[in-house]
Amino acid sequence: MATQAKSHELIVSVSPHVRGKETVERIMWTVNLSLLPAVIMSIYYFGPRAAYVTGLCIVSSVLFEHLYWRFLDRKTTAGDGSAFLTGLLLGMNLPPSVPFYIPLIGSLVAIIITKLLFGGLGYNVFNPALIGRAFLLISFPKLMTIWSEPTAKFIAMDAKTTATPLGLLKEEGLTHLMEVFGSKTELYQGLLWGNTAGSLGETSAIALLIGAAILFIKRYITWHTPFSFIATVGVLAWAFGGDQGLFTGDPLIHILSGGLILGAFFMATDYVTCPTVRKGQIIFGIGCGAITMLIRLKGGFPEGVMFAILLMNCFAPLIDRSIKPKMFGAVKETKEQAK
Amino acid sequence: MSKAATFERGIHPQYNKDLASGKSIAVASLPKRIVVPLSQHIGAPAQADVSIGDEVKTGQVIGTTTGFVSSPVHSSVSGKVIAIADFPTPGGRNVTSIVIESDEKDEAVDYKETPDYMNLGADDFRNMIKDAGIVGLGGAAFPTNVKLSPPKEKKIDTVLINGAECEPYLTADHRMMVERAADVVEGLKILMKTLDVSEGYIGIEENKPDAIEAMKSASSGESNIEVHALEIKYPQGAEKMLIKAIKGKEVPTKGLPMDVGVVVQNVGTALAIYEAVRYGKPLIERVVTITGNGVKEPANMMIRIGTLFSDVIDQCGGLVEGAVKVISGGPMMGFAQWTLDVPVIKGTSGILVLSEKEYVSADDYSACIRCGSCLDVCPMGLNPSQLSILSEKGFYDETKDYNLFDCFECGSCAFVCPAKRPMVQFMRLAKSQVKP
Repeated sequence: MATQAKSHELIVSVSPHVRGKETVERIMWTVNLSLLPAVIMSIYYFGPRAAYVTGLCIVSSVLFEHLYWRFLDRKTTAGDGSAFLTGLLLGMNLPPSVPFYIPLIGSLVAIIITKLLFGGLGYNVFNPALIGRAFLLISFPKLMTIWSEPTAKFIAMDAKTTATPLGLLKEEGLTHLMEVFGSKTELYQGLLWGNTAGSLGETSAIALLIGAAILFIKRYITWHTPFSFIATVGVLAWAFGGDQGLFTGDPLIHILSGGLILGAFFMATDYVTCPTVRKGQIIFGIGCGAITMLIRLKGGFPEGVMFAILLMNCFAPLIDRSIKPKMFGAVKETKEQAK
Repeated sequence: MSKAATFERGIHPQYNKDLASGKSIAVASLPKRIVVPLSQHIGAPAQADVSIGDEVKTGQVIGTTTGFVSSPVHSSVSGKVIAIADFPTPGGRNVTSIVIESDEKDEAVDYKETPDYMNLGADDFRNMIKDAGIVGLGGAAFPTNVKLSPPKEKKIDTVLINGAECEPYLTADHRMMVERAADVVEGLKILMKTLDVSEGYIGIEENKPDAIEAMKSASSGESNIEVHALEIKYPQGAEKMLIKAIKGKEVPTKGLPMDVGVVVQNVGTALAIYEAVRYGKPLIERVVTITGNGVKEPANMMIRIGTLFSDVIDQCGGLVEGAVKVISGGPMMGFAQWTLDVPVIKGTSGILVLSEKEYVSADDYSACIRCGSCLDVCPMGLNPSQLSILSEKGFYDETKDYNLFDCFECGSCAFVCPAKRPMVQFMRLAKSQVKP
């Protein structure tokens, strides 16, 4: 029975013996890449400061992740693109004018406390970038609400400060908001392109939608979370957001302004912190939309996307436990069997 | 999009069937020595009916059944019994096996031919199938006569012949359908008569147009047999997926195909049934695909049961430099071998040798990032993500709330997992820790 075959060392492992090409790294870096259009728009409108703030967030996030694993003497995951993404999203959620220590503190809270202390990628309960931002907003309420006017002049470093569209809408009402922009069309245009005050990466709806399209084409995200989120915001804005009573609100303003597009496509869809079951993701999205509108219309803050997603993050495990996917061969339990 | 019948979800791995799909079935040379495990099937092991030193003939019973769900085993050569002891098998366990040294004469026992076999009754068929030691040749190796004896309250109306062959690389069923189409149809007719049903179907994935053509023309005279083209998708050949594709019915959870009136048999099984009924030939050989970039000359071969993998691989030119993994079966559900001194058994559909180029390391994996890819592909509609996490953390009892036992370990979840988690292993671990 001697055979040449015997001289080989054979590898024994469990099936399947072939695997798909998808990796965590590839997903993370693709998401990073899909945010590039929005980053470019933020640099265009807010100047080099946008690159500075975002870059600081990314570098510090990756560095904190690396140092943490080094400290624990474990294999570092700093290169998997997920710390980069957290930094990038945090940067995109900051106002342009923040001092240098704000990104550092934000990254520390996001990476170390929210992500790594819970066990790292896959184990965190909350979206790290959003906890980072929430921490900053509560700790530095003033710094975090100074909104620079978009200048679209690459060199302008000390832009005038102004209010965000949502801020104006909340404090002064729709009529005033339109006066500021000139007309409804100009308001929509400003919101679409990103020519409005706001967090760095949230203002340009078009750039964000291009990125979201990439994620849809790659099938990294599905419609369930973002569409139920946005649709809920739209319906509630239409129903309760108007000055002249029920069903007079303008849904488009609410959909395009603030952090909704960024939040719905890039943050609510965060794999780790949203439900995995598609039906559950619809519930998750509706919850996000409802809380967002509750805060925008009745709360103390003009914007509610961040808190909405964070609150719904708490419910993600519960949703996953209660909503099961439709099983093959599922049998409807009859009354007799139930007994 | 393809309009061919299929099921929901599933995956599209690289099929790599070109390596062997054009190779006609060659007859392997007579082995000098065979190792015949007494348990090659699901159910009670057979009991040795010979002793060391006994002379045996080809086709002689050497292991007899010990229960209803059991199957006899036969010698596939003539020669002398030289050992009865535990030997490694492709499934990974050591099994009591009968070792026979061939006298190279291949003297067979008298097979009882039945030219007018279609006049026989259902019980005759069942007995012939049982005595021939026929089990499901698709891989599961469930005794066929048991599958053909459903309880009275289960009304069977359909027999499905499974020619999907959805496992990448494998082409044995494909070649059988191309080269032995008429015999497969005869096997199906015997099955239909045994179960007294009026509907017969043959399901074949669209990547085998020549097989579809051959089966269509072979069954053209039979008004109650239909050939169905199926979408190319894994695991299309799983029983429940096949029934869903062709009949549109879902086998209820924890149920069997017979619960929706269907019996599924593999192409090779149908062929073996025909040979057993028509020629009285027991199951002593089967068609095996030897393939992969790790073997020099991929082939489809008719191989005597008990022939060692090493013998077979030598006949295919041996292993290439850098062959790293030998798998019994296909790459999705097959078993990696630690030694080549394991025998081809009744359930061996393929011997797949992967080269370094094809090999994917499964050593490193990371935490589940809950991307949900596995939920999108699981043919059973389970939540593999949750199941794997529960199993990983030792919450075995909770896995039952997520229908652990509906998982048939097709490996689709592991295939798509970006974190490269050993999903199938997590499922098996949990299954070993709780009762269904």
